[in-house]
Amino acid sequence: MLAEVNRYRRVFLTFAQNSLVRDMTFRTNFVLQCLSSLGWTLMNVGFYLIIFEHTTSIGADTGWDREKFFLFLATTWFINSLVQAFFMPNAEEFSELIRTGGLDFALLKPIDTQFLISFRRVNWSSLANFAAGLVIAAVSLWKLAHREVDPYVPTATSVVLYIVFCGCGVAIMYSLMICLSATSIWLGRNQTLYNFWFYITNFSRYPMEIYNRGWGKPLYGFFTFVIPVLLVVNVPARLLAQPISPRSPQEWWLVAWMAVATVLSVLTSRWVFRTALRSYRSASS
Amino acid sequence: MSTTSYSRPHLEPIGWMGRMRTWSMIFNTAFSERLAYRGDFALGTLMRFLPIITQIFLWWAIFDSIKHNGVVNPGDSTGDASEPVRIGGYGFREMVAYYLMTMIARAFSSMPNLASGIALQIREGEIKRYLIQPIDLIGFLLINRIAHKVAYYAVAVAPFALVFYLCRDYFVDGFPPLHQFLAFLASLVMGFLIGFFLEASIGMIGFWFLEVSSLLFLYMLFSFFLSGHMFPLTLLPDWIEPFVSFLPLKYLAYFPAAVFLGKIPADELPMEMAIQAAWLVFFMVVCRVAYARGVARYSGYGG
Repeated sequence: MLAEVNRYRRVFLTFAQNSLVRDMTFRTNFVLQCLSSLGWTLMNVGFYLIIFEHTTSIGADTGWDREKFFLFLATTWFINSLVQAFFMPNAEEFSELIRTGGLDFALLKPIDTQFLISFRRVNWSSLANFAAGLVIAAVSLWKLAHREVDPYVPTATSVVLYIVFCGCGVAIMYSLMICLSATSIWLGRNQTLYNFWFYITNFSRYPMEIYNRGWGKPLYGFFTFVIPVLLVVNVPARLLAQPISPRSPQEWWLVAWMAVATVLSVLTSRWVFRTALRSYRSASS
Repeated sequence: MSTTSYSRPHLEPIGWMGRMRTWSMIFNTAFSERLAYRGDFALGTLMRFLPIITQIFLWWAIFDSIKHNGVVNPGDSTGDASEPVRIGGYGFREMVAYYLMTMIARAFSSMPNLASGIALQIREGEIKRYLIQPIDLIGFLLINRIAHKVAYYAVAVAPFALVFYLCRDYFVDGFPPLHQFLAFLASLVMGFLIGFFLEASIGMIGFWFLEVSSLLFLYMLFSFFLSGHMFPLTLLPDWIEPFVSFLPLKYLAYFPAAVFLGKIPADELPMEMAIQAAWLVFFMVVCRVAYARGVARYSGYGG
C-alpha cells in the first residue's frame, strides 16, 4: 500500500517537474501569463473596493463587512488557483484525447487512468493567483486584527480547519470537473459544457446567504445539496472569518455536510468516470 | 499609401454594381457559415445570462444592507420613497436592468477573435491574398463581421426575448420615448463599428510585432473593467470617473445601456452622440493608416 502511494507520488512529481521545465522554456510567456492573471485579480479587488465605498457589508446582518469579505475573496482565489493549476489543463486535454483517440495510450499505461489524466500537466503560472490570494488574506487579516470596531483574530483551530476545508473545496471542484469532462466521452465535443463549468462555479463566488431568499431558495438548495458548489468557498471562508459570532449550530451542520459532500462527490466522480470509460470507443487509428 | 496603389487599379473597372455583388457574396457566405451551428449558439446565449443571476442576488444583498445599516456615501441617499437608495444614480432594479442592457451592447460591440485573427494572418503570410486579389482587407472583414452578427441576432433573439420578458419588472421606467430609443439604436450601431475598428487597429499592430496575444489580453482586461461591463461607470470614485468617461471604451457597453435607461441627461445626449461619432471616425482613420503603413513595411513571411 505504502509502496503504491509512493509510486504515485513519484509519478506526480515527475509530471510537475516536466511541466515546470516546459513552462520555463517559454519564460516570457510564463511571466506574461502571471502578470495577466494578476491584472484580473487587481480588477476584482478594485470592483469590491468600489462596492464597499457604498456599503458596509454584503447583505444585511450577514457579517460580511469589507475585511471579512476580502478574506472570502482570498479563499475563492486559493481554491480557484489550485483548481486551475492542477486540474483545468488536464480536463481540457482529456476531451482532446477522446476526440483524437489518444486516450488509448493512457489506458495502456500500468497506472490508474483517472490519476494519469487528472495530474498529467501542472499549469504553474496559475499559482500566481495563489500568491495574490496570500497577499489579500494577509492584508485583510492584519486590518481585521487592528481595526477599532470589533477587531478579530482567528484561532489556531479555525486556521487548521480552514486549510482542511479548502482542501475539501478543491476536491469538490475537481469531482465536478471530472464529471463534466467524462461526459465528453458520450458527447464527443463539449465546448458548451466548459462554459457551463464557469457559469456554475460563478455561483460559488459570493456568500451563500445572499441566494437564500425569494426565488433564490431553489437555487440555494440545489447548489448546496445536489451540486454542492456553494459549500466550496463558503464553508472554509466562514470558518476563518467567522462573520457571525458566536457561530450558530446550523453553521456546524454545514461544515459536517461539506465533509460528507466531499466524500460523496469524489466517489460519484470516480463512478461517473469509470462508467464513461466503459463506453469509450477509440477514435481514428 | 500602398493599399491604394495595390487595390485601386483592380477595384475601379468593376464599378458599383460589381462591388455590391462582391459584398453580398461575402455576406451570404459568412452568414450561412455561421448558421451551421445554431443549436450550440442558442444554448450558449441562454447560458451567458446565468452570471446575471449572481449579479441580481449580489446587488439585492448590497442594496438591502444599505437600507438596513444606512448609507455610507452621502450621495447615495435620494429621499425618494420608491427608490430610497441609488448607487451612482442606479437603484436596485435599474442596476439589474443595466446589466441586462450591457448584454445587448456587448452583443453588438464584442469582436471575438478579430484582432488575433488579423495578427495571425499577418504572421502566417495569408495577408498576401488581399494584396493580390481585388478585395480590401478591412472591408472584407467588416462585411464578414456584420454577417456573423446578423446570424447571431437571428438565433439569439429568442433567448434574449425570453430573458427580457422574465426580467421585465426590473425596467422601472418601461420602454424609453422614441427619440431616446433611436439614440440607443444609433449608439449600438456606432458601438459595433467602434468595437470593430478599435480591435482591427490592435490587430494591425501585428505588422510591427509578431506576437500580440499578451497585448490583446491587456486590452480585454481594461475593456472589461472600463467599458462598464462589470459595473456602471458612475460608480467609479470621482477622481477617476472623468478620465474613464473620456476614454472610448465606455461606448462598448456603458453608454448604450445608460442611454436606454435614460441616465444621460437629455441636453447632454446630442453632444455625447457627437463625441461617439468622433471616436468612430478617429478609429476608422487609425485603422486605415495603420493598415497602409503596415502593408508598406510588410515582407511576406510563410508560403
